[in-house]
Amino acid sequence: MDESLKKRSRFRRCVLTTDHRVIGMQYLWLGLAAVTCGTLLSLLMRIHLVWPNTAMPGYGMLKPEDYLALVTIHGTLMIFFVLTAAPQNGLASLVLPGQIGARRMVFPVLNALSFWIVLGSLLVLLATFAVTGGAPISGWTSYPPLSAIAGAGPGQAMGMDLWLVSIALFCFGSILSAISVIATVLLRRAPGMTWMRMPLTVWSWFVGACMIVPAFSVLLAAATMLFSDRHMGTSFFLPAVDVVSGHILHRAGGSPLLWLHLFWFFGHPEVYIAVLPAMGLTSALLANFSRRPPISYRAMVYATIAIGVLGFMVWGHHMFVSGMNPYASRSFSLTTIAIAVPSTIEVILWLGTLMGGGLRRTTPLLFTLGFLSMFITGGATGPILAQPVLDSYLHNTYFVVAHFHLVMGMAGVFALFAAVYYWFPLMTGRMMNEALGKWHFWLTLVGAYAVFFPMHWAGLAGEPRHYAQLTGTAAYLAQLVPLQKFISLAAFALGAAQLLFVWNLLHSMRHGRIAARNPWQATTLEWSEAYAEDAPENAQTVMVGGPYEYSLPHDQAGTAIPCETIVERE
Amino acid sequence: MLVFSTHDAAVFLLTGAPFWGMPPGASLHSPAIDALMRTSLGILLGFLLLAQVLAFTGLFLAPRAKTRFSAPWRWGMLVVLVALFVWMTAVAEHLWTATSIAKAEANAVQVEVTGVQFEWYFRYPGPDGVYGRTRPELIDAAGGNPLGVDPNDPHSKDDLVRSVLVLPVGEEVHVQLRAQDVIHGFFIPAMRVKLNAVPGRVTQLHFTPMKTGSYAIVCSQVCGLGHYRMHAELRVVTAAEFAQWQAQQEAAQAEP
Repeated sequence: MDESLKKRSRFRRCVLTTDHRVIGMQYLWLGLAAVTCGTLLSLLMRIHLVWPNTAMPGYGMLKPEDYLALVTIHGTLMIFFVLTAAPQNGLASLVLPGQIGARRMVFPVLNALSFWIVLGSLLVLLATFAVTGGAPISGWTSYPPLSAIAGAGPGQAMGMDLWLVSIALFCFGSILSAISVIATVLLRRAPGMTWMRMPLTVWSWFVGACMIVPAFSVLLAAATMLFSDRHMGTSFFLPAVDVVSGHILHRAGGSPLLWLHLFWFFGHPEVYIAVLPAMGLTSALLANFSRRPPISYRAMVYATIAIGVLGFMVWGHHMFVSGMNPYASRSFSLTTIAIAVPSTIEVILWLGTLMGGGLRRTTPLLFTLGFLSMFITGGATGPILAQPVLDSYLHNTYFVVAHFHLVMGMAGVFALFAAVYYWFPLMTGRMMNEALGKWHFWLTLVGAYAVFFPMHWAGLAGEPRHYAQLTGTAAYLAQLVPLQKFISLAAFALGAAQLLFVWNLLHSMRHGRIAARNPWQATTLEWSEAYAEDAPENAQTVMVGGPYEYSLPHDQAGTAIPCETIVERE
Repeated sequence: MLVFSTHDAAVFLLTGAPFWGMPPGASLHSPAIDALMRTSLGILLGFLLLAQVLAFTGLFLAPRAKTRFSAPWRWGMLVVLVALFVWMTAVAEHLWTATSIAKAEANAVQVEVTGVQFEWYFRYPGPDGVYGRTRPELIDAAGGNPLGVDPNDPHSKDDLVRSVLVLPVGEEVHVQLRAQDVIHGFFIPAMRVKLNAVPGRVTQLHFTPMKTGSYAIVCSQVCGLGHYRMHAELRVVTAAEFAQWQAQQEAAQAEP
């Protein structure tokens, strides 16, 4: 073949592709790039918080506004590009069609387009650092008027505009991806793949996608409204009179609280969008590595759906101190306690599976346990924060930072690691190194607790979030400097431990042990022969059993995937 | 360096703060709030340690056909946890009624708090009990009128605007919160109160300081580059000292 033609075809195969597996991997690479940036930004924050007078090589002294810019972009990267794009858009694209016996998604071009839009969104977000005034300083929640008025701070001019463009693009891309997931589950399930035979991962992605469409639509609308307040003289979120450093702004008169409602109407479902894939994955991997079906598949499905529905009724618990009516706080508090119930049911059922013993102690299993450990520890403070009267003390303190970094951040990241170690053979045909994987797990587990658990104390001691430094502020905060120094050092250790993963990933891609077709003896369809790349194009899988038909005592050599493959005649 | 910091952190945990870490409470409702916080944290910490032990011991158990965590145990665990959530909610909602749903008493001390990047201002209505009108055009922090109080309004003559919040001990205070520019978070850790000040709105809270002393007021909602340094002092004094302070301030203001 002609050399240039070969190159073009490789470019087509790897870049301009509509192959859902490749798009899934593109999303995972994007997630890896975003998590790397986000982590580096957080390390800069950790340095500035406790050593505010340290000059950064090549930049000089970080200013308080630089710290807040780091906070904003760290949060945005992690929430959107890591915890949403990778586990929901990415893993669903990689694995979901295979798990339901589909060869491709219903809208392959839409799915590809979603990735390119999300990539564009990431580039626009990172560009905020390069524009005049730098990145926005209002945090990932961007409350107006701080986010609505360019004069309210550095980064609130061009930087804020770009942030809004980036968010709008992300919303659009994610909605396209979600539509593709929903349509594929509705239309492309293999014969015999009934709703109650769908893997729990598929249920999670499906419910997550059903949440993305309304949640991100509302965020898209809110971002558009804020953009319009900034440039078209509207006042959705601006009061009739606002005075910023001597400049009086007169508008028709809206309310900043409206933004909070719209933002958190998106923001709380978003938390579940980020964590649902991890929950599905945990059910699936615990079943596999314990070689037993989930204790109650139906309970897991109903809990997932309950979380999806209740997830839209709890947004006000982010607003207990916002000035909202205290009766509204009461009702949101009750729905929040209600959503703790399905999560508690899932945790109890997972623990039940674990107490059956006989676990295969693989790296993906360890990371699944890591997810569970983080989810439990972070989740335990949920019922405390759900009480308005306790939240009135804890809101916007490090207690909340500890809570969501454990229950969403670390839990989500542990699940992503589990997913990568587990599906690596599906992506590359090779295995990742198990010994390195286990070192990576234990160091990350200890590191994550060393970083995030002490933050509970900082919060209880009354340290607010978003403080650039602990000197030059209220005197009582100075006593927290030693604790925060410890957290900073632990954060460096935790960051360094991730180099093991990066090395393992890059090395195993080329030199890892060649994987068997079904290396974990799984019973879900993505590992079946019918789904292999060399399987005949017209092969049709027929599902003849449930997704997790494991049984003890088990045959170590392999497990039959409950499906039959029919090759249709031309 | 890591050892040094571990040592520092240990010293902080053992001596710098009580084990649950909150600064001593000094308001009427703080004992009840702290008791609920301590009990909830203690019970949930117990459950979370139990769950961690269950999760990780699973790694080392020999396989059994049936799980050691049988259905009655699982249901029992769920019922206990749900009962705990319900109990916490009942106690917390009862307190919430007292702190936030109940209105301030009519005879409470009145203070208006205004958040401005990056200062807190406290306004007392004076003997007439009415706050004078404010006009945004008159705002002039350097000229001594940071709130834009209108001198032509007779109610404004006796208004006191200060940057320290002085309150009498044992009396309820009714705070009306305002913000001029962006959202700020009014947080007094020792009084266990926090509420956002929102431009264009007046938000309200009330509390009763029970111990004289000096307490920190900080900003808890990111409001711009000076967010970390937006703090003020709350000085709780005896009723007599408060009356004397107010009279002195009024007299000082009356003299041109």
